[in-house]
Amino acid sequence: MDKPINNAAWFLILPAFAIVLFNAVIPMMTVVNYSVQDSFGNNQFFWNGLGWFQELLDPSSELGGRFFASLGRSALFSAIVLAVQVPLGIAVALSMPRSGIALALCLVFIAMPLLIPWNVVGTMWQLYSRSDIGLLGWTVNAIGIPFNYTNSVLAAWTVLVLMDTWHWTGLIALLCYAGLKSIPDAYYQAARIDGASRWAVFTRIELPKLRSVLLIGVLLRFMDSFMIYTEPFVVTGGGPGSVTTFLSIDLVKIALGQFDLGKAGAMSIVYTLIILAVCWVFYTVMVTPENKGARE
Amino acid sequence: MIARRVVLGLYLAQLVLPIYWLITLSLKTNREIIGAMTLLPQELTFENYYTIFSQPSWYNGYLYSISYVVLNTIISLVIALPAAYAFSRYRFLGDKHLFFWLLSNRMAPPAVFALPFFNLYSAIGLFDSIWAVALAHCLFNVPLAIWILEGFMSGVPREIDETARLDGYSLPRFFFRIFMPLIASGIGVSAFFCFMFSWVELLLVRTLTNSKAISAIMTQTVSSAGTDWGLLAAAGVLTIIPGALVIWFVRNYIAKGFALIALWKPERARVGVLGIPTTRGDRLFITLLGSAFINLAWLGLVGPDLGWALALCLVYALAVFRLV
Repeated sequence: MDKPINNAAWFLILPAFAIVLFNAVIPMMTVVNYSVQDSFGNNQFFWNGLGWFQELLDPSSELGGRFFASLGRSALFSAIVLAVQVPLGIAVALSMPRSGIALALCLVFIAMPLLIPWNVVGTMWQLYSRSDIGLLGWTVNAIGIPFNYTNSVLAAWTVLVLMDTWHWTGLIALLCYAGLKSIPDAYYQAARIDGASRWAVFTRIELPKLRSVLLIGVLLRFMDSFMIYTEPFVVTGGGPGSVTTFLSIDLVKIALGQFDLGKAGAMSIVYTLIILAVCWVFYTVMVTPENKGARE
Repeated sequence: MIARRVVLGLYLAQLVLPIYWLITLSLKTNREIIGAMTLLPQELTFENYYTIFSQPSWYNGYLYSISYVVLNTIISLVIALPAAYAFSRYRFLGDKHLFFWLLSNRMAPPAVFALPFFNLYSAIGLFDSIWAVALAHCLFNVPLAIWILEGFMSGVPREIDETARLDGYSLPRFFFRIFMPLIASGIGVSAFFCFMFSWVELLLVRTLTNSKAISAIMTQTVSSAGTDWGLLAAAGVLTIIPGALVIWFVRNYIAKGFALIALWKPERARVGVLGIPTTRGDRLFITLLGSAFINLAWLGLVGPDLGWALALCLVYALAVFRLV
C-alpha cells in the first residue's frame, strides 16, 4: 500500500522545519559570509572572494599547512578508533549473556559511559592516566615503562584512543546486540543441522545480518570521532605541542581564540563538506538495492 | 564459551576501572591524593560532596544544566512527534530531500557552529539563558528524534490509521488515544537520546552561557593554588547520576505512563467550536502543537522574551480546553 500524497502534512513538519532552519541555515550563512571577507577589526569587512579557500587548500601556506596537518591527525584518529572499536564491539555483543539479571547488568554497564558528559569523560581519564595521581599512569610507570601523556606523543595518543574506546565501544556493542537479537533461531538450527562451524555461523549468518546496524554504527562513530572536541581538549589540550590538535580543536582556536573569522569560516565550510561527503557515501552504500525496499 | 567469558570480563573490568578511580578520588582528601598511591581511601571523607551541596554556585550549576536539558527534551519531542508522523504516513512535496537535510544537521560539527551561534543568540538577546542552549541543541536533537520516531511509527501498520478513521476518530484523537500508546517505547527511546545528547554536550553550552552550567563551573577547581582533585572528582561523580537515573526512568515508567494516561477515566468525546469530536487527549495535542506555533511566531515577530508567549499559550490552552 502506497502512502497517500498529502501536502497538508507540511503543517505537521513546519515547527521542526522552522527550528532547524533557524539553527542551521542562519549560522551557516554567517560562516559563508565570513569565509569570503576579510576584516581589519572594528567590524569593518571587505570582500576577499575565494582568497581564504585558496590559502586553506594550499599546503605550502601557513594556514594550509596547519589545516592539512590537523586534517591528517583527525583522519588518523578516526581510522584507529574505527579499527579498534568495531571488532571489539562485535566481540562484546557476541559474548553477552543470553538472559536474566546478568544480561540486564551488562547492558546497563555497557550503556553507562554513553551518558557521562564529555568533559567529565575527559576529566575522568585525566585523573585516571596522570602519572602522579592516576591509577593507570602510575601503574604503567611502576612496571617500568615511562608513561606521561603531557610530554610523550605516543602516551598522549594511547590515552586518547583508550578513552574513546572506553567511551564509545558500548554504542557499537549495543547496536550489534540489537541486530543479533533479531536473527531468528531457525537460522542457527539450520546451521547446527548442517554441522556448520562457529566461524561459518559468524561469517555466513551473523555478519550479513549485522550489516545494516554495523553501517549505522560505523557512520555514527566516524562522524563523532571526526568531530571530537571536548575530550581531547580536556585531557591533552591539543598537546604536547600540537600532536593531538584535531580539526575541531584547531578550528575553535582560530575562531574563538584568535578571532580570525575569515580563516575560520573557510575552514568550517571545507570541514563540513568533508563530513557530508563521507556520510553521503555511507548513506548510498546503506541504501543498496537489497534493503532499498525496507527503507522506502 | 570460556573465550566469551574472558572477553566480556576484561571489557567490563576496563569499563569499571576509570569510574572506580573517580569515585575513590572523590572520597579522598587532597593530601592523600597527592601524597600516596592507595587503592581505597585511607581517611574516608565526604568533605568534597558537602562543598558541592552547600555552595550555591555548585548546586545551581547542576540545576541550570538539568533545566536546559529538560527544556530541550520537551521542545524536541513536541515538535518531532507531528513531523515524524507526517514523514511516516504521507508523501508530500520534497519529503525525501527534507528528511535527508534534517539528518545532515546531525553531521555538522559543533565546532563549526560555536561562533555563529554566539553571534546569533547574542543578536536576538537570548545569550546566557537556558533558552539559548535548549534551542541550540534542537539542531541535532530534533532530527535525531524525528529519525527514531519515524522508525517506530513505520513499524505500526497503516491499517490501524484507516480503521480508526472509519470508526470516526479525528486525527488528533487518533494520534493521542491510539497511536501514542502504540509508540510509547519509541517516545521513551527518543526522550532518552535527546536527554543524553543535550546532557553530554559541552562546546555549545560553554559558548552560549556565561559559565553558569556545571561543565563550566567544574573548571573552577583549577586555580593558581593548584587543582582541587577531590572536588573535581566529586563533581564528576555527581554528573554521572542523572544519566543513570534516566536509564532507569525510561526503562520502567515512560511506557507505562502513557498507557495509564490513555486508560485514565474513559470519557466521551464532545463536539466543540471546531466542529470535530475531541477528547481530553485531543485537546492536549491541539494545545501542544498550537503552543509550538505561538512560541515560534513570538520569537519571529516580537522578540526573545518568551514570558508573555508562555502566558499567551496558557490562555490558548484554557480556551482550547473550555471551547473545543
